[in-house]
Order: sequence, then C-alpha cells, then structure tokens
Amino acid sequence: MLAASTNVLAEVSGNLGSVAYGLAAIGPGIGVGIIFGQGVQAIARQPELTNVIRQNMLLGFALTEALALIGFVVPFVHK
Amino acid sequence: MSALHLLASGSGDEFEAPGLHIFDWGPIFKDGPAWLEWFTKPTLIVILAALVVIVFSWRAFGNPKLVPKGVQNVGEVAYLLVRDQVARPMLGKDGDRWMPFLFSTFFFVLFMNLAGVVPVLQLPATSHIAIPIVLALAVYLMMLFLGIKNQGLVGYFKNIMFPPGLPKALYLILAPIELLSTIILRPFTHAIRLFANMFAGHLLIAFFATVAWWFLAEKLTPLGAGVGLVGFLMTIVMTAFEIFVQSLQAFIFTLLAASYINSSLHADH
Repeated sequence: MLAASTNVLAEVSGNLGSVAYGLAAIGPGIGVGIIFGQGVQAIARQPELTNVIRQNMLLGFALTEALALIGFVVPFVHK
Repeated sequence: MSALHLLASGSGDEFEAPGLHIFDWGPIFKDGPAWLEWFTKPTLIVILAALVVIVFSWRAFGNPKLVPKGVQNVGEVAYLLVRDQVARPMLGKDGDRWMPFLFSTFFFVLFMNLAGVVPVLQLPATSHIAIPIVLALAVYLMMLFLGIKNQGLVGYFKNIMFPPGLPKALYLILAPIELLSTIILRPFTHAIRLFANMFAGHLLIAFFATVAWWFLAEKLTPLGAGVGLVGFLMTIVMTAFEIFVQSLQAFIFTLLAASYINSSLHADH
C-alpha cells in the first residue's frame, strides 16, 4: 500500500527482528569460518600442538560468536 | 503449568510457534505464602545444581584414598579435565591455586545448562539472564580487584590502555577501544554469551517439539504427518546438539573466566 502512493525502491516486511538477526549473523559467520578453517590447518601442520591450538580456537570462536548472539537477543529486549 | 499444557497453549486452529512465555514460570507453590514467591522452577534448578556439585565434590574429594575407588575416580577425571584444559594452559603456574574456583564454576554452570535436557526439569537455568549476570559479575569484580591489587590502580589502567611497543599516534585510537572492551564489554559479552546460547537452544528444541506435538497429536492429517515426523526427528537431533553446546558453553565460560583472571595477575603485552 505504501509502494502505491510513493515510489519505494525496496520494502522490508515481516518480523524485523529476524531480518536483524540475519544481518548480524553475516560477520560472525565469516569470522567463525576463518577461525576453524585456520585452526584445522594449524593442527594439520603441527599435530603435536593440538591442545594449545584447539584451546585458542575455542577462545577466538567464543569472542566472535558473541556478536551474532547479541544480534539474536537485542530484538527480544528492545521491542 | 505442565509441559503438555505449554505445548498445547496455541489452542486455536493455526499452529503457533512457542514464544517468550515458555521461559515464564510462576511460583511452584501457587497458593503458598508470599515469602515463598521467589521459589520458581529456575531457582529450583539453581539449588539442585549447587547441591549436585557440593555432594559430588564431597563424595569424590572428601576422603581421598591413594588408590582411587568409585566416585573418586570420576572426580579425578573431572578435576584433570578442568586442570589440564583450562587452568594450566591459561594461568600457567598459578593454575593449581585457582582450581577450586574454576572447578566449581565449570560444574555449576554445566549442571545448570544440562537441566535443559533432563526430563521433567527441561529448562536450562542459565536461559534466565539474571544467573549468567551474577556469575559474570563475580568474575568481573574479582578481575578488577586482582588487577588493582597486583598492578596498582594506575598501573592496571595503564597496562590496559597503553600496551607498550606501538607507534605513539596509534594510542589515540587504541586507548579508548581497549578501555571500552576490557571494562565495559567484557562482563557484558561474558554473560550474554552463556545466556543467549541457552536461550536460543531451548527455544529451538521447544519449537521442534511443538511442531511434532501439533502435527502428530493435535491436528493429525495425512499431509501434516510428514511435517510432524520431521519435527519429531529434529527434536532428537537438536537435543543431542544441545548437550554438546551446553557442555561447550560451560567450558568456554570457565576458559574466559581463567583468561580474565590471568590478564589481571600479569600484565600481558
């Protein structure tokens, strides 16, 4: 109905919270992919350091993942 | 409010996905005295988790034998897991001194998380944000106290904001970012990470369980049965996945607590 009266190029409809979560998941998705990709590569190159690498991998994963989770929680908090 | 009552709460003709109300539990004794109003299902789970940790530690370490037997075996495996995976890699030679705190934090959080897949309980207590906030606040206050005690009030903030060995102009950008990320964002993300994982996981399981219940029991139609079956299978798969995530998040929570404590004990950089 909005598109009929004014010239709207693109309109977002539906639940904005889910759209926001989708946007928030892009960056962390790339980040988590890089972390585990490089982590597995590092383990393949130096299997004797597996424990140290895995632990740092999880630490980096946790820090990156927080962004996506904030994107998931904010729509519930901010109505 | 029983689980079946919750699942059937969308009593209209259309399927209704579970929302925030599945986290909303009133007092267990509905007509009980007013001073018992705090006693809800999440509080019950917290008390149970604390009791399990206390009783388990008591049985395992209360009367240690040189040759371990029974519960002590399990206790020692658990102790070694926390010590060799969290305490020693993160804190180095200080690791063993911090084991009591890290051990109890890990298992307290783990049992509260696992309550999400235990039949009858079926609610991770940490999906209520108050509980991760209290745990993260304890770690945060400890981090500030230890940092100021070990590095001095000025030295602590200087070490946070001005890590040595960088070009002077860079500190203009770096100092506020470091201050913000260490003092403000750290406790915030520490609590949110645990909360959001449990919250999302519980919502996912509840969603698939509702799908299965709705399409297989409430409104069984030849076309809908397939959807219901998928929902039923996904409930099982997601439960298995949740057990993994719950353990991983308890582990990460302890790992980060150890890493924050270490950053206060020694100025890294």
